[in-house]
Amino acid sequence: MRARVLIRPKAGILDPQGVAVERALPALGFAGVSGVHVGRLVELDVEDSAQLEPMCEKLLANPLIEDYEVEILDGSG
Amino acid sequence: MKFGVLRFPGSCDEVDALYAARRVGDAELIWHGERDLKGAQAIIVPGGFSYGDYLRAGAIARFSPAMESVIAFAEDGGLVLGICNGFQVLCEAHLLPGALLGNANRRFTFRQVELEVVNADTPFTRACAGGEPLSIPAKHAWGRYYAEDRTLRAMSEAGQVVLRYAGSQNFNGSLDDIAGVCNEAGNVFGLMPHPEHAVDGLTGSTDGLKIFESMRLAIEGVSA
Amino acid sequence: MPEAPRAVPAPSLKDALALGLTRAEYELVCEKQGREPNRVELAMYSLMWSEHCAYKHSKKLLRTLPTEGPHVVMGPGENAGAVDVGGGLACAFKVESHNHPSAVEPFQGAATGVGGILRDIFAIGARPIAVLDSLRFGEPLSNATGGARARYLLDGAVSGIGHYGNSIGVPTVGGEVYFEDPYQQNCLVNAMALGLAPREQLVRSAAAGEGNLVVLFGASTGRDGIGGASVLASAELGGADADGGAEVDRRPTVQVGDPFEEKKLLECSLELLHRGLLVSLQDLGAAGLTSSASEMASKGAVGIDIDVAKVPLREPGMEPFEVMVSESQERMLCVVEPANLDAVMELCEKWEVGGAAIGTVTGSRRLRVLDRGGLVGDMPVTALVDDCPLYELRPAKPSKAVYPPPPATLAPDATPRQTLLALLASPNLASRRPLFEQYDAIVQSRTVRRPEQADAAVLAIDPAASAGTASAEGIAGEPVPALAVSIDGNGRRVAADPYRGTVAAVLECASNLACVGAEPLGTTNNLNFGNPEKAHIAWQLTESVRGLGDACRALSAPIVGGNVSLYNEGAAGPIYPTPVIGMVGRVPDARRVAQMGFARAGASVALVGPFAPSLAASELAKLRGEPLADGLAEIDLDAVREAQLAVREAVRAGALQSAHDIAEGGLAVALAECCLAGNLGAEVALAEPFRQTTSPAATERSSTRPLPPAATVLFGEGPGGFVVSGSEEALCRLGERTAVRRLGLVGGEALCILAGGDSQTGPLLEVNLAELRNAHGALAGLFP
Repeated sequence: MRARVLIRPKAGILDPQGVAVERALPALGFAGVSGVHVGRLVELDVEDSAQLEPMCEKLLANPLIEDYEVEILDGSG
Repeated sequence: MKFGVLRFPGSCDEVDALYAARRVGDAELIWHGERDLKGAQAIIVPGGFSYGDYLRAGAIARFSPAMESVIAFAEDGGLVLGICNGFQVLCEAHLLPGALLGNANRRFTFRQVELEVVNADTPFTRACAGGEPLSIPAKHAWGRYYAEDRTLRAMSEAGQVVLRYAGSQNFNGSLDDIAGVCNEAGNVFGLMPHPEHAVDGLTGSTDGLKIFESMRLAIEGVSA
Repeated sequence: MPEAPRAVPAPSLKDALALGLTRAEYELVCEKQGREPNRVELAMYSLMWSEHCAYKHSKKLLRTLPTEGPHVVMGPGENAGAVDVGGGLACAFKVESHNHPSAVEPFQGAATGVGGILRDIFAIGARPIAVLDSLRFGEPLSNATGGARARYLLDGAVSGIGHYGNSIGVPTVGGEVYFEDPYQQNCLVNAMALGLAPREQLVRSAAAGEGNLVVLFGASTGRDGIGGASVLASAELGGADADGGAEVDRRPTVQVGDPFEEKKLLECSLELLHRGLLVSLQDLGAAGLTSSASEMASKGAVGIDIDVAKVPLREPGMEPFEVMVSESQERMLCVVEPANLDAVMELCEKWEVGGAAIGTVTGSRRLRVLDRGGLVGDMPVTALVDDCPLYELRPAKPSKAVYPPPPATLAPDATPRQTLLALLASPNLASRRPLFEQYDAIVQSRTVRRPEQADAAVLAIDPAASAGTASAEGIAGEPVPALAVSIDGNGRRVAADPYRGTVAAVLECASNLACVGAEPLGTTNNLNFGNPEKAHIAWQLTESVRGLGDACRALSAPIVGGNVSLYNEGAAGPIYPTPVIGMVGRVPDARRVAQMGFARAGASVALVGPFAPSLAASELAKLRGEPLADGLAEIDLDAVREAQLAVREAVRAGALQSAHDIAEGGLAVALAECCLAGNLGAEVALAEPFRQTTSPAATERSSTRPLPPAATVLFGEGPGGFVVSGSEEALCRLGERTAVRRLGLVGGEALCILAGGDSQTGPLLEVNLAELRNAHGALAGLFP
């Protein structure tokens, strides 16, 4: 099956990329934007979905500084 | 004494670390795929962009066979020095507390910085005096030190904060101006600035030599 | 009669025109082929016969340049040139441009420009030890959209250069950047690299040995940059196609670089060469497999067969022509004896780079492209590489101004003090620290002089050798041989006078080397010009190359390689003609290289050399909004060369504490730069009228000749001037060889310039260090 992992910077830690994007958007004419955070996406085909969480804990994310969210996509890869 | 300097695909400053280590002892490169640490009495995990910094800096390098040996070596009390990317690898491998995040200014920055020796009583700073200023170059994009508040407090109390950026020299936003930390046992030390680039008056300051000299003192027990 | 290629949709003249060939060129291709070319062949000819690959409009001119000399080990024509630097070592170096891709995507354009020039260095067997870059953009402080674009390109290019150089572990040790309106639409990104190798291990690219295998190694092949070479680099951005037909969208697929991949490729290549496993090596750059394979075959006077089905692909369903013209990065092509193939593949595996045997060397002198064994393209090698028509330039000096005057940003009644501060804060003169702090300048442990520490970068040849020597101040121990390198150019001065402006650029580069005690061994150049089919551009190019040749001959610094980038123009007009000069020199002892900044209070300050300042085409003239001067003052080449020699030897003898070439902004700016770099003030007086002198002893005094105004003396520009500091004795000895005019003393917290002589009026200008530093920091705001 195909899985998608979204990795986000933990709340409370300075996210300079998010800040930079949040500042850039109004300059381009987009008003009313706030709370911007920039993270990472990993997509993969797996046979055993039970492996996903340990994969995230061990390699795909650094749990000290990142939160992650696993999503199983419909259908196979 | 003998140093072992790890080399990963993408390491850049491993040869510089080798030359620096050779000013105080013998040193040899250890390929990431090897488990044999070649009788090294101290290990240096060097700077660079191991595995291209893919995923997160140091995230992949920490799993290499050589690092497995280094983790065991550290658990046995062996001396391990992590420089820049090496510091990142040691944090990812949980040999050191905390993590290194992207610089607050979002840019790779190369600057000669002044560091303050907070703890001169470690095997890596014994050749320095407490509070001594060290002029050492820093060059990185991911050097902002982070740890949770209670971790920082515990580290501070236990003397695990070894080096701080002096004055207004903290360009990467590290919490508490932390530039280098050691583990509770004091045998593993990581810092973002590059002491191997401060060992020769011809190319800059020689303050970095004190860190290598400290390690030699720790192993050999006597002054040169 | 060659076997007829498999049936593919036949292209037509219309396709040829769309690909950038002229009607006449297409007809010549048909003649060479003996029939109309098929798609694969047309795509390959269109690239090989593009300006970028074939140098159609410049090759004849380039043949007039001096390329030989006692230090030259490898001249133009190979991947890079090389000079002997002593100790059995050669230094390979070259500069190349990546202008058009950088205008489209500055980060990747600049990054892949660095990647490309590095590959040229290790393709000849040298380990890269340094990178420098030369950049041109529009005015960054303008509030109009042009300003935002200039800032965007600047930010992207600097990030890209830093990203690639830092990641691969090669220090970026120097460079230059200028901001002028004519570069607004067409930015320039030129990247220079140097490397070291034992002389005997330099490798050439000629394919040889019928039956030998052609092996492609490195990254897999995708659709990067397809059509990039001919489509963009041979036509003005957004212009009509070659025969005046409808406008064609020429945005290619951008090349994306991976420095991590290249690091592995570099180590793999050097180890393959070290182990003697390769017959020859070539990197893949513009026009990918097409140019690499055909050039290797041409140099070796052999043929090459390539089967595109054997090329490791990143994208599914790529057509044969796409495989042949792809500009995917981080790939090398080599020729291997069949017995060595296994060893080559093993080494590739060790370094985790892909590798595949994709072809063979033949005796046919043809480049044949196959697809799973079936022939899809068949061309004579000489037709692709050598028979592209070369065009005569038709130069004519323009009768009216080509470039509009810049907007005035300085009031005509500005005082010298205000003028100095305005110049220091101007984008062309402000400190480049916000840029070079994004580059690792010290990896590999060779860097003796970092950016802003001296006029040229200085790199110890053997970084391990200085272990055990005393500090930089002491002189115990063995000398530490080093290299010095600088990259320089000034488009505006060349626009004012293409011949003298180019001579001045070459002289400035050599003067920068002299300041660190180096003599030039060889030169590389990147010629960045507009559309050579236009008479006034042809004139700029012709005169510039003439100046380049004369200056290099006068300095015995032959050209060992370089690059030409033409068609840098848009609807708003052409760029300034911008020959960019790179020079490498040898420093006998890195412990004696002086520095830019004043070193010690109490030292004497002097103006050295046949400096004859003029405001023509100067930075001050620009700030005043003056139209470009028509012509620059004559240059006394012999006197300048003498001054360079004298300064160089004084630096080598350790007699001078500081030495700095007077360049843009003139004497006052040079003095300010020396104060800032040394964090020391100075009090100087302009004691004599400044006239051009050809010998050290003669000083012309004439009460009938009008004295130049203060502005000319303070801010006038021209080659051959140095600001030095040292002991009185050192200056006396220097005065025996070249003109030396005492200015004053280092000391205090301000730069104070007095009128001198009998004048009883106050100082011409006085500015304290803090204020100088504040003005000089103007570029920091461009990198929030």
